[in-house]
Amino acid sequence: MTQSIRSLASDLRQGKTSAVELTQDYLQRIQQLDGQLNSYITVAPERALAQAQAADDRLSKADAPLLCGIPIAHKDIFCTRDLTTTCGSKMLANFVPPYNATVVERMDANGAVTLGKTNCDEFAMGSSNENSFFGAVKNPWDLNCVPGGSSGGSAAAVAAALCVAATGTDTGGSIRQPAAFCGITGLKPTYGRVSRLGMVAYASSLDQGGVMAKSADDCAILLEAMAGFDPKDSTSSEHATTRYSEQLSTPIAGLRIGLPRQYFNDQLDTKMSGLLQDALRELERLGAQLIDIDLQQTGLAIPAYYIIAPAEASTNLSRYDGVRYGYRCSDPKDLQDLYVRSRSEGFGAEVQRRILVGTYALSSGYYDAYYGQAQRARRLIAQDFAKAFAQVDVIASPTTPGPAFGLNDKTQDPVAMYLEDIYTLAVNLAGLPGLSMPAGFYDHRPVGLQLLGNHFDEATLLRTAHQYQQTTDWHTQRPGLIAGGDA
Amino acid sequence: MNWEVVIGLEVHLQLATQSKIFSGSSTRFGAEPNTQASAVDLAMPGMLPVLNEQAVRYAVLFGLGIGAEIGQRSVFDRKNYFYPDLPKGYQISQFEQPIVGKGSFTVTLSDGRRKTIGITRAHLEEDAGKSLHDAIPGASGIDLNRAGTPLLEIVSEPDIRSAEEAVAYLKALHTLVTYLGISDGDMSQGSMRCDINLSLRRPGASEFGTRTEIKNVNSFRFVERAILSEIERQSDILEDGGVIIQETRLYDAERDETRSMRSKEVANDYRYFPDPDLLPVVLSDETIDTIRASLPELPEAKCERFKTQYGLGDYDAKALCDSQAMANYFEEAANAGGDAKLAANWMLSELAAQLNANNLALHQAPVSAGQLGQLIVRIKDNTLSSKMAKQVFDALWQGEGEVDAIIERRGLKQVSDSGALERLVNEVVANNPDQVAQYQAADEGKQKKLLGFFVGQIMKASKGQANPKLVNELLNQALN
Repeated sequence: MTQSIRSLASDLRQGKTSAVELTQDYLQRIQQLDGQLNSYITVAPERALAQAQAADDRLSKADAPLLCGIPIAHKDIFCTRDLTTTCGSKMLANFVPPYNATVVERMDANGAVTLGKTNCDEFAMGSSNENSFFGAVKNPWDLNCVPGGSSGGSAAAVAAALCVAATGTDTGGSIRQPAAFCGITGLKPTYGRVSRLGMVAYASSLDQGGVMAKSADDCAILLEAMAGFDPKDSTSSEHATTRYSEQLSTPIAGLRIGLPRQYFNDQLDTKMSGLLQDALRELERLGAQLIDIDLQQTGLAIPAYYIIAPAEASTNLSRYDGVRYGYRCSDPKDLQDLYVRSRSEGFGAEVQRRILVGTYALSSGYYDAYYGQAQRARRLIAQDFAKAFAQVDVIASPTTPGPAFGLNDKTQDPVAMYLEDIYTLAVNLAGLPGLSMPAGFYDHRPVGLQLLGNHFDEATLLRTAHQYQQTTDWHTQRPGLIAGGDA
Repeated sequence: MNWEVVIGLEVHLQLATQSKIFSGSSTRFGAEPNTQASAVDLAMPGMLPVLNEQAVRYAVLFGLGIGAEIGQRSVFDRKNYFYPDLPKGYQISQFEQPIVGKGSFTVTLSDGRRKTIGITRAHLEEDAGKSLHDAIPGASGIDLNRAGTPLLEIVSEPDIRSAEEAVAYLKALHTLVTYLGISDGDMSQGSMRCDINLSLRRPGASEFGTRTEIKNVNSFRFVERAILSEIERQSDILEDGGVIIQETRLYDAERDETRSMRSKEVANDYRYFPDPDLLPVVLSDETIDTIRASLPELPEAKCERFKTQYGLGDYDAKALCDSQAMANYFEEAANAGGDAKLAANWMLSELAAQLNANNLALHQAPVSAGQLGQLIVRIKDNTLSSKMAKQVFDALWQGEGEVDAIIERRGLKQVSDSGALERLVNEVVANNPDQVAQYQAADEGKQKKLLGFFVGQIMKASKGQANPKLVNELLNQALN
C-alpha cells in the first residue's frame, strides 16, 4: 500500500497482482478505515470493479498505459457520469451528472480505476474541509486535526492509502495546503493546463485541476494523463504538453531557486523556518543555487483573492436555483420563495458568506473600488512574479504558516482561516504552477515546502521535487495511526 | 399643443447560425420544448461556454454593412439576474466593449426625404428561454430551446422623430440583415424584436423628456401602432400638466395601448463583469478584411445599379431591391427574357398580385424566374399577345409545365402572318359595308370607337390569336 505507480504498474504487468485484486484491497481498506477519516463522500465498488476488470483485460494485451488498473479517487468537484457528484453540498447531494469531466474522461481513457468521490469543502470553499455538508475529514496523522482544504478528502485518502492517488482542485491553495497537512505531494498546474470542463466552478479565473499523490513521480504520471488542450474549455491552453514523467531524472545542479524575503521573514514560525531551511539546504546540496528575491506585492494577494474569488463564485453559483436540478425547498409559495429558501437551505454558511461578499463587490457603485481594484492588484502580482522568474527558475516558500491545526480551531474566525492561504493564493492570481512536497514533521504533523514555477514549467517543479525525494524520505512516511490493514 | 417625438430603438436580432452562440445545440425554431437544450444550455454544473465563431462573423458583417467601427477587442460580460428561463442566473452579453461600435444608417422616407439614424453600438448576447404559462395545468413550464440563440442587439441613437421614421428604419434594417444573410428576419418567429424608447419634448428644447421603454414589439405594424398610442398617452399626460414616469411598458395589440409592465420596480443592478469562462474576442485586421471581402452587394448599391444597368425607374428599382430574393429573381428573369422593363413589370404586377393573393413568399412562387424569362421571350417575339401571356402565366402558376409546352397545348400562337391577317381584315371589311360607311363618315374620335368593332370581329374570326398590333395597322390601311 506504499508502492509507487510505477511499481504497481510493473506488478500488474508481471501478474503479481491484478487490477481487480488491487481494487478489492483498496475497497476493503476504505471500508475498514474511512469511518475514522470520512475522506470519501461516495464509494463506488461495482463501478470500480467493472473498471478494474476492463483494465485487466487491457493489461493482458500490449501497450496498456501506465495508469491502467491503478485505483484512484476523484475530488467530488469533478463530474462523473452516472455517479453522484455533490461538491460537498446539500445543494447537489442528489445530483448525478449525465457526463464526465474532461479530467475524469482522460483518467478513464488511461485505464485508471475510480474507487469513489472524495470529500471536500462545499464547492471547494474552505481551508480545513470543515465546510462539507457530509462532515469534516480527519487528518490521518492526527485525528484531532484538519486535513486542510478544500481537497482534504483527496489528501487524507492518499495519505492513509485509501487510494493510490487522487485528483484535486486548487483555487487558492486547495491542493497544496492539504497536501502539506497530510504529508503528500500535490501539484496545481498552470492555469489552462488542465481542462475545467465538468469541474464544478468556484472561481473560474483561478480554479485549476491537479494531482495529489505520494511522490513527484506519481504526480508526473498523473499530470501527463490529465493535461492538455480541451476545445470545450475556452480558457484551456494550446501550449504543448511534455512527458513530465520522463524528465525527472535530470539533476538539478545549477537550478536557481528564489527565496522571497517577504515569505521567509520573522513572521514565520521558527520551528517551521528550521524545517524549511533543512529542506532548502538539501536542495542546495543537490546543486541548486539559493537566491534571495523580492515579491513586493505579496501583501496584495489575500485582499485581491478574497474579492475576485467570491465575486466570481457569487455568479457561478447562481445556477443553483432549485429549478432544474439539485436541492429544491419544499412547498415554495412563489418564485421568490423558491429561490430564497432553496438557496438558503441548500448552501452552507461559508458558501453563503462568499456569495454575499462577491455580490457586494460587484454591485454598482462598489465595482471599481473592489473588483476593479482587485484586478489591478492581480496584474501587479503577476508582474511581480514575472520579474522574479527573470532571475530564478523556481521559487521556494512554506506551503502553510504551520502544520495542520485542530478541528474547530478556526471555524469561528473566517479571517484566521483565510490567512491559512497566505503563501498559496498568489500563484492562483498569477496563473502559475505550484507544488507542495513533504519537508519534515512539526510535532508529528507533516509540513510542506512549496515550489512555484514559471508558466507551463510544471516539468521543473516535478523534477526538483523528485530529485529531493531521491535523497530524503519524508514522502515515504505513512501515518502510524491507521497504517494497519494488510499493508 | 406641439411636441417633438424622440425615439431610440433597440433591435434584438436572432442570428442565423446553425447552432447556439455558446453550445452546439441547434437553433431551429418550433421544436418540441427542451429538445434543443444541451447540458450547457441547461447550465448543468461544470459546463462551460464555447463561442460560436459564425456569430462573431455575422456581427462583424453587420458592423461593416453599416460602416461602423469594429471592436477589435470585445469582451463578454455576465449580466446577473434570477429568472426561471435564464438557467445560469446570468446572461452572457457584452457591456463595456461591444463588437460593433458607432455607425449610422440612412433610410428613405415615403416623401423621398433621406434620414440618417445613428447606431450607438451592436453587441452579441445569448437569448433567454421561454416561460410557458399554459402548457402545464397549475404550473409554469420552461422551454430552453431558445436559450443560447445568438442575438445581435442593435442600439440606435435617439434620432428617430416619428412612427414612420421608426418603421422605415426597421424595414431598412430588415432588408440589410437579410441581404447580409445574418438573420432570417422572420418577425413572426421572434427573429427580430424591438424595444422602443420614447419621450416627448417641446420643439427646439435641448433636453430630452422622461422616456418610457416599450418592450418586445414584434411586427412593423405593432411598432407603428405602439408608437402612435404611446405618443398620445404621453402628450395627454403632459398637456394635463402631468409627469411621465420612467418605466417599462408593454404594447397590448388587442386594446391598441401600452400599459405599465412593472409598477414599483426598483432599478435592477445587473452586476456586469467580464465572464471569466470566455476569452476576449480579438479580431485582427486580416480577419476583418476577410469578412469585408465576403460582403454582398448592399440594397442601396444594387438599386443604383438596377437603374443604370437595366434602365429602371427609381420606384421599380427600389421595389425590386426590397429583398435580395426579389432582386435575384428579377436579374435572372430579365437576363433570361432579354427585357428588364418587361421583367420588372411582370414581377411587380402579375407575380406580386398572385403572391399576395395566395399569401406566399417569393421563394414559394410556383413560377420560376427562368419561366418568367421564357414568357417574356415569347412576348418579345410576338408569339404571345399580352392577353395570351397572362393566360400562360396563369397556367405556369397552376404548374402546367413550361411556357412553350403550354402555348402548344392551348394552341395559343398569335397570328402575325400579315398575308393571313390581310385576308381576314378584307373579309371583315367586305362583310360589314354599313359599318365601313359609318366609319368613313365619322370624325376622328368616333372612328377610334368604331375601329374597336372591326378589331373585335377580326379577333373573333381568328379565335383571339391575331396579333392586335398588326390588325390595327392593317385595318387602318384598309379603311382609310
